[in-house]
Amino acid sequence: MDCDETQDLLHGYLDDELDVVSSRALTQHLQACPACTQAYEAQRALRTALRTSALYFTPPPSLPKQVRATVRRASRADTRPMRWTRGGLSVAVAMAIVVLLVWSGGLVHRRSPVDEHVLQDVIAGHVRSLMAAHLTDVLSADQHTVKPWFEGHVDFAPPVPDLTTQGFPLVGGRLDYLDNRPVAALVYKRQQHAINLFVWPAPSGPARPESTVTRHGYNLVQWTTAGMTYWTVSTLNAPELEAFAHGVQQHITPPSGQKSSRRDAG
Amino acid sequence: MPHLAAAYNLARWLTRHDQDAEDVVQEACLRAYKFFGNFHGGDSRAWLLTIVRHTCYTWLRQNRAHELTEEFDETLHDVARADVNPETLLLHDAQQQLLRQALEALPVAFREVAIMRDLEGLSYKDIAYITDLPLGTVMSRLARARTRLQQYVAAHLHTEAKRGL
Repeated sequence: MDCDETQDLLHGYLDDELDVVSSRALTQHLQACPACTQAYEAQRALRTALRTSALYFTPPPSLPKQVRATVRRASRADTRPMRWTRGGLSVAVAMAIVVLLVWSGGLVHRRSPVDEHVLQDVIAGHVRSLMAAHLTDVLSADQHTVKPWFEGHVDFAPPVPDLTTQGFPLVGGRLDYLDNRPVAALVYKRQQHAINLFVWPAPSGPARPESTVTRHGYNLVQWTTAGMTYWTVSTLNAPELEAFAHGVQQHITPPSGQKSSRRDAG
Repeated sequence: MPHLAAAYNLARWLTRHDQDAEDVVQEACLRAYKFFGNFHGGDSRAWLLTIVRHTCYTWLRQNRAHELTEEFDETLHDVARADVNPETLLLHDAQQQLLRQALEALPVAFREVAIMRDLEGLSYKDIAYITDLPLGTVMSRLARARTRLQQYVAAHLHTEAKRGL
C-alpha cells in the first residue's frame, strides 16, 4: 500500500470500517511511513477532540413536553378513531410508539458505547508504543523495579505480576495516556510478540468478566476486577493472550475485606 | 434509544439556530407519527434521523436556500496537514470554540456527515441510509470534512502563534 492509498483509506481505518486485508496493509504501511503516521495521529487527535468535546447540543428541557403535546394534538385531529396505518397499527399505537421511540431511555446515553472508544485508544496506544520505539520508560524484567517506578508517575499502584514461568517475561513499564487519563502500561513478551497491559482505576461498579475482541488484526482482552480496569493488547493469537490474561488475574490480590471477584483459571 | 437528543443535535447543527432546531424537531416528530406506517422495524434512531434530516433540508430550502448550494472551496486555508500537532489540538484550551467554528463553516453536505459520525457515532452504513448517499460518497465527504476541520484549526493556531498568543 502506498501513501496515496493510505490517505484514501485512513478515515475508514480510523473508524474501523475497513475490511481485514486493507486494515492490515494499512497498519503495515503506517509502521513504515512516518509521514502517514503523522497524518494518522493528527486525525486521531482531531477525532478524540471532537468526541470528548461538549459540542453535542442537548435539547432544552421543555422540548420533550412540547413534542408530546404536538403529537397528541395531531392524533386528536384525526377524526376517525380506528384508522389503521399501512403497517397494521392503530393511530393510538403508532403515537405511543413514536412517543416511546423519541425519548425512551432518557437523554443520557447518546453516544456509542464508551468501550469502543477506549478500545480504539488501547489499540492506538499499543501501535504507538511499537512505532515510536517507546515501549518502556523503565526497562526491567524485575517486578520489584517496575512496581515502585509507578509511584510518583501515577496516582494508583498497578499490580506487576511476574509471569516468567508461564512464558511471559516482563520487559518493563511505561506511562501512557488513554481514555483521557494517565494509565500504567506494563510490557510483556511472548516470543517476538509484544504485549501491552494497560491498567487504571475503574469507575465504581461491579467487576466485569473478561471479554476478548479482535480489531485491525490485534487481539484484546478486557476485564475489571478489584477496582481496576485491565486491557491487554497484542498481535499474539487469542488463546495465548487469554492465557496471559488468566495469569495476570491469578496474581491480582483484591483489597482486604472485599470479596474476591477474580476468576480463577484453574 | 435517546432519540430526541440525537434528533435535536442533528437539527441544531444543520440549522445552526436553537429555536429553528426546536421547530424542525417538532415538525419531524409529527412526520414520524404520520408516516409511522412506513417504519418496518430496524434501527429506529436511523429512521427518525432520516426524517429529521429531510425536515431540515425542507426548512433550509424555504429559509436559507443559498446554504444548500454552497460549494466546498478547495483552496480555503490551504495549510499542509502535517501542520497540526496532535498535542496542540488535544491540549489547547480554546479548541472547543475553534472546532465549533470549524464545523459551522463546513457546507451542510459535509457538516452533516461529520456530525453523524464524530458526534453521533453512527456507522458509515447508517449515514448512507440516512443521507441516501452511496457508501463511497459518505467516506469521501467525511475525509474532506475532517481534512478541512484540521486545516481550519491549523490556520487559526498559526495566526495566534504569529500574534504571539
